[in-house]
Amino acid sequence: MSGAEKIAVRVTEVTPLNDLVTRFRFEPVDGGLLPTFSGGAHTVVEMQDGAITRLNPYSLMSDPFDQSAYTISVRRDDEGRGGSLFMHKSVSVGDEMVISNPVNLFSLDLRAKKHLMIAGGIGITPFLAQIKQLDRAHGNWELHYACRSQALGSYVDYLTDTHPNDVNVYYDDQDQAIDLENLTDRQPLGTHIYVCGPKGMINWVRAKSTDLGWPREAIHYEEFLAPQPGKPFEVKLAVSNKVIQVGEQESLLEAIERAGVDAPYLCRGGACGMCETRVIDYTGNFIHRDHWLEDDEHASGEKIMPCVSRFEGKTLVLDR
Amino acid sequence: MTLQFNDETFRDDYSFHNSERAIKRFPFPFDKDSYMYVVNMEQHRGGPSDSIYEMRFDVDEHYVSEMRDRAMVLADDPLRCQSLPHMTLAGWDLLELIMVSKSEDYPDLFQLHRDGDKWHWINKPLGIDDHFTFMDETTLPYGPMEYITRQTQGDFCVLDQRDDNLWMDAGTITTQADWSLDFDIGMNFFEWHAPVPLAHEKGIFVRALKFLLNIQQGAPARRLNWTMTVNPLLDTSPENYHKWGIQKTSLTPENIGAKQHLRVELQTFFRLPRSNALVFPIRCYLCAFQDIVSVPKWGRRLHRVIRDLPEELATYKGFIDNRPMMLDYLSKFDDGQDTSNGIWPELDSEPPLKT
Ligand code: HEM
Ligand code: FES
Repeated sequence: MSGAEKIAVRVTEVTPLNDLVTRFRFEPVDGGLLPTFSGGAHTVVEMQDGAITRLNPYSLMSDPFDQSAYTISVRRDDEGRGGSLFMHKSVSVGDEMVISNPVNLFSLDLRAKKHLMIAGGIGITPFLAQIKQLDRAHGNWELHYACRSQALGSYVDYLTDTHPNDVNVYYDDQDQAIDLENLTDRQPLGTHIYVCGPKGMINWVRAKSTDLGWPREAIHYEEFLAPQPGKPFEVKLAVSNKVIQVGEQESLLEAIERAGVDAPYLCRGGACGMCETRVIDYTGNFIHRDHWLEDDEHASGEKIMPCVSRFEGKTLVLDR
Repeated sequence: MTLQFNDETFRDDYSFHNSERAIKRFPFPFDKDSYMYVVNMEQHRGGPSDSIYEMRFDVDEHYVSEMRDRAMVLADDPLRCQSLPHMTLAGWDLLELIMVSKSEDYPDLFQLHRDGDKWHWINKPLGIDDHFTFMDETTLPYGPMEYITRQTQGDFCVLDQRDDNLWMDAGTITTQADWSLDFDIGMNFFEWHAPVPLAHEKGIFVRALKFLLNIQQGAPARRLNWTMTVNPLLDTSPENYHKWGIQKTSLTPENIGAKQHLRVELQTFFRLPRSNALVFPIRCYLCAFQDIVSVPKWGRRLHRVIRDLPEELATYKGFIDNRPMMLDYLSKFDDGQDTSNGIWPELDSEPPLKT
């Protein structure tokens, strides 16, 4: 396989937090130490779901300096492809699982004079690790956290207990909303904005702060595009000379791997660019879902990011 | 194999020399009879026994003398080592990476004992035995990056990663091939590579950067680069060009075999875990022409590569004026026989020079 060695872990705690979110604790099977990481990093969890291997990225939320265990929180997505459902229904204490080395696509800019964090729902998790990292270095931060309701506010109590002055919580069902204009207005020069949450929230924060004159490089965001299910389709892999079927519950990348073809990847979320694949021939339409390719590249029909993007049509021939 | 450290100099009387063993393990950079820039990167996960690829940070017979030379350069010019304020965490990352790697790879030479954040580091070749508190700068005589790079061969660029680019925000650079940290500090990947000819047009830097941004923890990578140096000088910096540039005119047909060195850089890339920075060690190996041609395959190949190298590259690498004299010398070691693919010496299978 491409990339770094995987890490074999054992599930040592499964902690339901509320109706939707459950926390999992992983410790290394060999009793050794896990790698340290930087706040904002994620790990890709491999799930053996019957015949299907699912690979879902989850932000690491534990203390980046704690090498004894990693923790993640998984929000159940009843509509999605099933990775989160598998975690909720089929994973229990004592299970062995395989996870990737930490990868950070949402790292702190350590030059920032202040870190302004904006979280929506389960998007809180990378901030939990970043806060631990910043606290150790006496960094200056402030968190604004929007949740649907008190009942679904994961880690609200923990955050407000430990950091009463730096944490602000907003409940949708009480019509509380982040006043972005005011908030960004009173930040000191050299502040960086970080946003993690639903796509709509990320787009709103990015658009609004750009309008307000914030430089692009001071706005950081992470959004995992959970690979969406879609219609099955057929692909010809020209280099390995194979014809494969992509099922509705798997990504194109997963189908390529299932056929025994080693395809590069890193984020599996349309963000890193690693899986970029050349299209040799096609008749049909691409369903591009990545953040990597430019609009004109999407329109060109020459490239596809198989970790998130799909295809509908008659023929698709890839350079793999 | 136990290491004997040479007592040698890289300046004044130039007593630097390579043993038989060092010549055999020299990283000859040409895998075929011609050379052009490509995205030549591969994983850095060990290599043949006693090769320079075997360990994460190669320690060889020049270690102690190279560290003495570095200390002299830093004493003359403290700006060869710089770290912008946000890079201190990356410095600790680097210190940890090197101490852990060296103590595991060379337990006879280096030892690391850790009890929480109380660390005890023993560097036998340099006679260092220090106790310090990890992440507490006040417990070390220098910042963490400077402390550990004064004890590790090769230059070190520590790159901050942000905005889909790499930024040269820290480094210890005393053995460089004519570029300056003080000039490049704060630049990004495209800015500091601006002087390189031909590679931009070939799209090499765009692709190389994509690859580097994606280097993961636990999956380091490496590549080789090369240039030419007259006299075994480690410090060929722009700052000191007035001292070494002139030496290029001292070559004669009689002394070229001993004075002209092929200079090869083993460049590696490691993701640093706590900071998400990238470290780029540039390890310099020098080998005199007369030692290179003692390996028949290398003699044949070096002649062909230098003969056919595009003018832009020979100019950029600074040996265009001396190329005719180099070719006169090297042609004596090229009998026209075929060479095998790959960089290894193949002393057993490659035919001796026909005379
Ligand atoms: C982050 C890691 C890297 C750093 C810090 C770095 C730094 C440098 C510097 C300072 C120079 C000298 C430029 C000058 O003339 O002032 C250089 C040259 C060059 N770099 Fe890089 N580089 C890096 C990675 C790479 C990679 C991955 C490639 C891949 C192809 C590459 C290809 C080159 C080439 C071809 C040259 C010209 C060298 C020669 O012909 O002697 N570099 N690099
Ligand atoms: S794996 Fe990162 S974009 Fe596809």
